Amino acid sequence: MDSIAIELRGIDKSFGPVHANKNINLKVRKGTIHGVIGENGAGKSTLMSILYGFYQADSGEIHVDGKQVTIRDPNAAIAAGIGMVHQHFMLVENFTVLENIMLGAEESQILNKGIAKAREELKRLEREYALEVNPDAIIEELPVGLQQRVEILKALYRRADILILDEPTGVLTPAEADHLFRVLEQLKSQGKTIILITHKLREIMAITDEVSVMRRGEMVATRKTAETSVEELAELMVGRRVLLRVEKGAANPGDVKLSVKGLTVKDGRGVTMVDNVSFDLRAGEIVGIAGVAGNGQSELLEAISGIRRAVSGDVQLNGQPVNVTGHVDPKDLRDRGLAHVPEDRHHVGLVLKFEECENAILGYHHDKRYLNGVFLNVDAIRKDAEQRIAEYDIRPPNARLKTANFSGGNQQKIVLAREMERGPDVLIIGQPTRGVDVGAIEFIHKRIIEMRDQGKAVLLVSVELDEIRALSDRILVMFAGRVVGERDPDATEGELGLLMAGVEGRKEAAE
Amino acid sequence: MSNPYAKLPGWVEYGLIPLVNLAVAFLVAGLVVLLVGENPFEAAYHLINGAFGRGEYIGFTLYYATTFIFTGLAVAVAFHAGLFNIGGEGQAYVGGIGVALACLWLDQTMPWFVVFPLAIIGSALFGAAWAFLPGWLQAKRGSHIVITTIMFNFIASSLMVYLLTRVLKPLGSMSPQTRTFAEGGQLPKLDWLLSIFGLEIGTAPFNVSFLLALVAAFGVWLLIWRTKLGYEMRTMGHSPSAARYAGMSESRITVVTMMISGALAGMMALNPIMGEQGRMQLDFVQGAGFVGIAVALMGRSHPAGIIPAAVLFGVLYQGGAEISFEMPSISRDMIVIIQGLVILFAGALENMFRPAITRLFSTSSRRAAVVAQTKGA
Repeated sequence: MDSIAIELRGIDKSFGPVHANKNINLKVRKGTIHGVIGENGAGKSTLMSILYGFYQADSGEIHVDGKQVTIRDPNAAIAAGIGMVHQHFMLVENFTVLENIMLGAEESQILNKGIAKAREELKRLEREYALEVNPDAIIEELPVGLQQRVEILKALYRRADILILDEPTGVLTPAEADHLFRVLEQLKSQGKTIILITHKLREIMAITDEVSVMRRGEMVATRKTAETSVEELAELMVGRRVLLRVEKGAANPGDVKLSVKGLTVKDGRGVTMVDNVSFDLRAGEIVGIAGVAGNGQSELLEAISGIRRAVSGDVQLNGQPVNVTGHVDPKDLRDRGLAHVPEDRHHVGLVLKFEECENAILGYHHDKRYLNGVFLNVDAIRKDAEQRIAEYDIRPPNARLKTANFSGGNQQKIVLAREMERGPDVLIIGQPTRGVDVGAIEFIHKRIIEMRDQGKAVLLVSVELDEIRALSDRILVMFAGRVVGERDPDATEGELGLLMAGVEGRKEAAE
Repeated sequence: MSNPYAKLPGWVEYGLIPLVNLAVAFLVAGLVVLLVGENPFEAAYHLINGAFGRGEYIGFTLYYATTFIFTGLAVAVAFHAGLFNIGGEGQAYVGGIGVALACLWLDQTMPWFVVFPLAIIGSALFGAAWAFLPGWLQAKRGSHIVITTIMFNFIASSLMVYLLTRVLKPLGSMSPQTRTFAEGGQLPKLDWLLSIFGLEIGTAPFNVSFLLALVAAFGVWLLIWRTKLGYEMRTMGHSPSAARYAGMSESRITVVTMMISGALAGMMALNPIMGEQGRMQLDFVQGAGFVGIAVALMGRSHPAGIIPAAVLFGVLYQGGAEISFEMPSISRDMIVIIQGLVILFAGALENMFRPAITRLFSTSSRRAAVVAQTKGA
């Protein structure tokens, strides 16, 4: 039990002026589950990419099973017995499970022999680790949880003894995540070593044996999980005490500000993404939409905010109809008091190559205060931006810095500042804290609740169930494009999880 | 962290890297000259001397540069909105109609400073109109602008052959060109500008449209970085999804940007038609529309970069002509090879030396910052 599977000594890596990993030391014991946590940009992914051969460390050593190894590329990592399950699966969608598993390990130009061998080997793995999956199923037809299982099988097929999982539960329902944890326990009991990268403290507490915390490129602590607490880990990650759950008083709902009736949205291929969704959003309340990513939440937001055309449905903003099935000008909706914090701030909410102050007027660039005739009033734009940088504590406080150079949390604050500052009647927020560090999450949650207390109507979409439960006054659960249930925020996680998986919802609809 | 190209100091980004690329292009060009059995140093001498050796040569260099500033700006404006306008050639060609019409109408009765503004408007209008169609087709029908602008170059070429052989050609003339304009249709030379530096302009056609090109460069800077329209163009160029989110109309921006781009390309026609020939000839554009692509790439789509890049290509054109004159075994085609190499290294292979240079700078800056660090990269 006490032998070391992987040891990193003095790993150092810089990207230009960014010092991503500073003299990192890490020991992972054989046959354990070792968690690596840290905020976004703390250097977790860089460290694991070095271990898996995507990057080369500037200096430092990697030891596997006590022997020093040089890992120049992923092939060398596989040869050293290291396998990786990526956050975004590396699967060929229109291949079968078997084809994906043997991809890159075909062994000869003619596939027949390899296929037979792979099929046998796959059966053995399935038996040994209880990882059943139909080898002839097409990947894109499998649910996400099974796709992830294929990724794990891929690593095992390549005889990995050490598995790195990068944010594995981001795309899973709570039930699927539980199942994954059981699989990991099983793997551990078979002697495999698992490194789990995550930012979810609860998962760390639930499954790991040891946990290492990274902050700003440094490894700040390693703890036995049994001897630490969520509070301590959060503090280690951020470097100061944080409030994990913001205080919030009772809601005081007023008039209906946004009314959605029978909204149906199809994607480019004609697949129904939002299916006959109806709800009301009142002033002074936060309505949270829970659901596993990809169940229509994104399309719902886009349709309401005028980015995507709906097939049918009736939406009213402040009692006035919105022509969601025809051409909607997002500018017009802004003028009518709707603000939108989009889910994807990198491609939609911000232009990363712009200076901060240029992003601070995105969508509001028609505002007369920013214009002198056809010219931009650069002074006014910068002055406003600087004022908001101070108000929202955006760091570094430089309105002329390229937006790409701000951290995720500060980028999100730029968007929030822009959308909240004009006091909209209705605020639509998608994934407010995705890729945002713990310290900024607290700030963002407080601001959202402040908006509600000022009598604004807030529609919140998030794949983080904790966030939905912490902020919402009412929770709608979406599954396969439909709202399958409405719950109070004190509904148990299990209850919401079943709805998110579509189990309860089907029953409810049938009754 | 996801960006492999770390931020470099401005002088490296905009000074050193283009210079290194340029040096390598000339090095390879030198090897080609060597292969032909000629002395590359002699060729280099003729290139430099041919471009700068005399006031007259400088006048020619700047005359070519004027043309390339217009076409380079045209390509750059479209780049900012994420559009690749390959149709500068055709837009400039058609822009010539506007110039010719203004001159043919008023050259005998009005002085140049009356004809010139009308010719500017005419060239811009005709160039814009020629770019409007591909822009509109992309905005409304989804036809890709790269394809349509290439096709419109050919259409322009055929149209101009027709006009210059059937419509605009004076009766009885054998050559496909308009009549020679009277004084009102010819632009004054900038001999006074060169004489400030003690240079003789000689026969060089360096004319006032150079000043217009500089004004246009400033205008483009204003448009892109100081107007609402420029802001919308850049938003769309960087992120069409962000533009949609912000309520910007993609089709309106596409059409308007293409028209501005076409207008700039069209204004190029002023330089050869009113500034040099005093008439509109067949094929007066001579590939300047395509050189504009290289100029915009080299100049990083910024007016402050486009002007020096245009001068560089002016040097290549003027000095190159001198090489082929002095060294007969080096033909005009060699010059095209050299130009091609510059485009290759400054444009397509722009990032070839960047990783090495980045490493150089990151290690040196880290060594300076972290003294305790024992080992560098």
